[in-house]
Amino acid sequence: MIVYADNAATTAVSKKSMEAMLPYFDKYYGNPSSVHQIGREAAKTLIEARKFIAQTLGADEKEIYFTSGGTEADNWAITFAANMGAKKGKKHLITTKIEHHAVLYMFEKLEKEGFEVTYLDVYKDGIVKIEDVLNAIREDTAFVSVMYANNEIGTIQPIAEIGKLCREKGVLFHTDAVQAVGHLPINVKDENIDMLSLSAHKFHGPKGVGALYCRKGIKLESFLLGGGQEMGKRASTENVAGIVGMAAALNQSAAEMTENEKKVKAMRDRLIEELTKVPHSILNGHRIKRLPGNVNFCFEGIEGESMLLLLDMKGICASSGSACTSGSLDPSHVLLALGLPHATAHGSLRLTLSEYNSENEIDYIIEELPKIIQRLREMSPVWESIIKEEE
Amino acid sequence: MQYSEKVMDHFSNPRNVGKIEDADAVGEVGNSKCGDIMKIYLKIDGEKITDVKFNTFGCGAAVATSSMATELIKGKTLDEVLKLTNKAVIEALDGLPPAKIHCSVLAEEAVKAAIADYYKKNNIPLSDELTGCKGCCGACGQKEN
Repeated sequence: MIVYADNAATTAVSKKSMEAMLPYFDKYYGNPSSVHQIGREAAKTLIEARKFIAQTLGADEKEIYFTSGGTEADNWAITFAANMGAKKGKKHLITTKIEHHAVLYMFEKLEKEGFEVTYLDVYKDGIVKIEDVLNAIREDTAFVSVMYANNEIGTIQPIAEIGKLCREKGVLFHTDAVQAVGHLPINVKDENIDMLSLSAHKFHGPKGVGALYCRKGIKLESFLLGGGQEMGKRASTENVAGIVGMAAALNQSAAEMTENEKKVKAMRDRLIEELTKVPHSILNGHRIKRLPGNVNFCFEGIEGESMLLLLDMKGICASSGSACTSGSLDPSHVLLALGLPHATAHGSLRLTLSEYNSENEIDYIIEELPKIIQRLREMSPVWESIIKEEE
Repeated sequence: MQYSEKVMDHFSNPRNVGKIEDADAVGEVGNSKCGDIMKIYLKIDGEKITDVKFNTFGCGAAVATSSMATELIKGKTLDEVLKLTNKAVIEALDGLPPAKIHCSVLAEEAVKAAIADYYKKNNIPLSDELTGCKGCCGACGQKEN
């Protein structure tokens, strides 16, 4: 049995998305910038895809810029917003301690370039406090960037409140919504979002394609120079098939959102309930304000990678923190931001579900995981000392 | 990251896991901050290691290097065991990913810490090999000295 429970890393491409893409590889393969009919066909499709993605977010089609994915959208938005701030003499930036590295490393780079950055706390629950945002905003604040939902612990941030506050204060607001789009209802107008990043492969679309939403009236600067694609802001021949696949996947996710949320949440909640019964287990992130498919636990006394390897041997695909963290020795910055000790943070497990999972698979995880935890604890000197302290 | 078949074998079927209640020596190295702790128990008869067990908190490589180190020292004399290097552990495991080399260092240090414990208990002066962690793996942020 293979159970894929790593949907925050990436998802399977949906049948509808795949079918929508196929003709764009060999039939409508034209360059959208070409004058001839094969090119025009591709151009027409792009217009439709852009319109659809805009509508889903409550945006205008002129506000959507296609990118190579979430990372590029984040890098673009932050580079631009920092530049714009610097031109006005505003060199203070606000973000959180739990951003994805596509955001966090941009801020670290900007710090080296002379910007000052406030990293907001997320407290025990992994959620930013609105009063902290208010207190952090200064006269010289160029922009605020707070992720919509966290990739590791799934916590959903009060985006509409932050958006409203930033709008009132006249500060630009960006959100990395890579984990949220397709899973949560988002309306950029209602939530006062100025810029938003999204990525197709997190909602059953293909990899290598995403988008940046940038509100009309903000004079977005070019990111890639060359051709006149993306309203002259991002040169490079469009990934037509990928964009078509992204629109089709989003179309389906948006249409089935309520139904999927109900199904996925039920599986998530059962998993959380059962894993809470494991002694010395800690649920990371707010119990309710979290993505429908996110389960993240620390099991004291064991180390995450060992757990992943044993799970993999049982056919269960999971992750320990962000997949991007796996090459490093340090525990996840997100778990440390929750105030967890290093040793506990090393024992984290992330299971992320989608509507493709089944209740049977949840049963299987519930059956196998505690055995694995038990096995690793039996050989762990850390567990031995935890038990001794209790006696 | 790819582990060799040997590493996966020693991780999934670790040899000599457990504790020795009446051990003649115990060595514990690492810290939970860097994510690896190894504890090695020895039974020593005269000059010879007659039994060895380990307990490890750590990644797949940490478990595999502990397991391999115990295999390499079982039945050997203390003088032979003092010559154990992390390189020997790596070779016996058909290699380790670069990010996991520190686990083999930890395994070597765990064995040496256990022997040092034995020498201390028996009032035998420590040789150069046994003056403790050199901090060379850098895993815990300790500087090389």
